[in-house]
Amino acid sequence: MAPDLLLTARNLTKKFGDFTAVDGIDVEVRKGEAFGFLGPNGAGKSSTMRMVGAVSPVTSGELRIFGLDPETHAQQIKARLGNCPQKDLLDEELSVEENLWVYGRFFGLSKAEVRERATELLEFAQLTERRADKVEHLSGGMKRRLVIARSLINNPELLLLDEPTTGLDPQARHILWDRLFRLKRQGVTLIITTHYMDEAEQLCDRLVVMDKGAIAAEGSPKDLIARYSTREVVEVRFDADDHGAFADSLSGIGERMEVLPDRILLYADDGDAATAAIADRGIDTLSTLVRRSTLEDVFLHLTGRTLID
Amino acid sequence: MSEDLSSLSAEAPPAARHPGASRLSAGARRPLGWVERVGVLVAYHWVLFKRTFHGALVSRFLLPVLFLASMGLGVGSLVDESSGGVDGVPYLIYVVPGLVMVTAMNVGVGEATWPVMGFIKWNEFYRAMLHTPHRVLDVLLAHWVMIAFNVLISAGAFMVVAALFGGVDSWWSLLALPVAVLVGMAFATPLFVVGAKAANDSIYSAVFRLVITPLMLFSGAFFPIENLPFWMQPVAWATPLWHGVELGRAAFLGGPVPDLWAVHVGVLVAYTLVGAWFSVRAVRDRLVA
Ligand SMILES: Nc1ncnc2c1ncn2[C@@H]1O[C@H](COP(=O)(O)OP(=O)(O)OP(=O)(O)O)[C@@H](O)[C@H]1O
Ligand SMILES: [Mg+2]
Repeated sequence: MAPDLLLTARNLTKKFGDFTAVDGIDVEVRKGEAFGFLGPNGAGKSSTMRMVGAVSPVTSGELRIFGLDPETHAQQIKARLGNCPQKDLLDEELSVEENLWVYGRFFGLSKAEVRERATELLEFAQLTERRADKVEHLSGGMKRRLVIARSLINNPELLLLDEPTTGLDPQARHILWDRLFRLKRQGVTLIITTHYMDEAEQLCDRLVVMDKGAIAAEGSPKDLIARYSTREVVEVRFDADDHGAFADSLSGIGERMEVLPDRILLYADDGDAATAAIADRGIDTLSTLVRRSTLEDVFLHLTGRTLID
Repeated sequence: MSEDLSSLSAEAPPAARHPGASRLSAGARRPLGWVERVGVLVAYHWVLFKRTFHGALVSRFLLPVLFLASMGLGVGSLVDESSGGVDGVPYLIYVVPGLVMVTAMNVGVGEATWPVMGFIKWNEFYRAMLHTPHRVLDVLLAHWVMIAFNVLISAGAFMVVAALFGGVDSWWSLLALPVAVLVGMAFATPLFVVGAKAANDSIYSAVFRLVITPLMLFSGAFFPIENLPFWMQPVAWATPLWHGVELGRAAFLGGPVPDLWAVHVGVLVAYTLVGAWFSVRAVRDRLVA
């Protein structure tokens, strides 16, 4: 294996009884990359992350992290990983800084080391003022930031972030993206799961679109949009309950159409031209909105469904 | 917010910051030996223990005092007056080892019920431990070490109080302490299986009603099991508490080593080990799926 491949998965599969949560995926993540799993609820993102985090056994296929097999080298892998799971898993009875200290000690760090790192990480997570408060009394977003700070306590080379910004307000989310971006610049490899397409676009160099346990597409956000969507999209709304009835009247405008319950999406490289074409046909719309294509459109095209259902 | 996050990155030269601290530097990290693994997890339980110590202190000393006042002195004066104690032993001396073992059982059970379900189901903190370089066995061993310590402290506190009441009259009584730890663990480890498998904590009230309370009454702690209907005696033989009480009472009386001491110890050890084995499996099934 090439030395700069931190993660390789071949035909990686996870079954729970008869149910296949992860269905033979192939993934490679290089050192220094920010890699994303984008997919809706139940896609198998967390199941994949738990296998990569060496806390859930692989059902079949091959998985290597740092070139090591999690079945035989879980401890060595976990010592070098940062794990921010989807659930916070904090001890709410302890204070903010105590949570960092005890967790750092689990890695065998000395008291002096955990105290020094905790001070830095509290600053990183903007929790310095709340350091002595019981975790119980923090808001959901603050707990999330604490979990992310905690996952960095052992100075990980690879950071697993399972829906890191769920529960954060928009401002906190942007600050966190900024932090993660800086971590990445300093050489930490990031693996992120999300069902927010803006998060995937902002953070990920490369991502896979995951659906029903399988990978539907892979590439950089830009590549994927270029490959699976047009440059622009026109969102057309009608004053009606059933948008399907208007599909025929719009056919032929743009390259492709998606009919959703509450709107119709027209895919076109020139959105304004498409809007003009709608007006030319004298169609009575409630609103038309031209916007750039996003990963949401990629997902819709690949799966026929929206990301957040 | 500090602009310089270089200290947070894997590429920071850690040697300059923590000479020899290879657990923070990129690449293979210095592994933890198993003693160290269990030790760092015990340290976490120790933090929790210290937090609740004051509350626990009250129950650990107050409860024995109440027990001894009512059972030892109250009931004891009746027993001693009417029949000269139990087999010639004053009732207080007779009942104290029984109460030590009951205390050990109660602490073992208390620590292995709701707290375990908390770690597995509620805050799921065992999972957080498993995200660090620890296995299920490390996580459970550390918790058991702490429970054993808790039982030891509680049984010891009880004996100190009992000694003040005049219920301890031989240094041999100290041998009851390791027995008490075994009794606590014989109840604790099997209960971890319940914590890992149960859907919710309502099972515990059944455990208390159907197992713990009857055992406390019918395991020879307060009166000889020979006084039970004959068909109930084998039930007592099957339970860890009776074996602990037999050993503890022999230690307290400083008399000859009971003939069956190895059987008594063996039963307690067997409960502990079988419980431990099944609980590792159950917790693994639950958390490492
Ligand atoms: N321990 C388990 N036992 C049985 N089924 C499971 C288990 N964990 C996950 N699953 C199932 O596997 C599927 C994938 O779950 P997973 O948590 O990996 O999805 P996800 O992509 O992370 O979704 P979300 O966005 O909701 O977090 C789901 O159908 C889920 O019910
Ligand atoms: Mg998930």
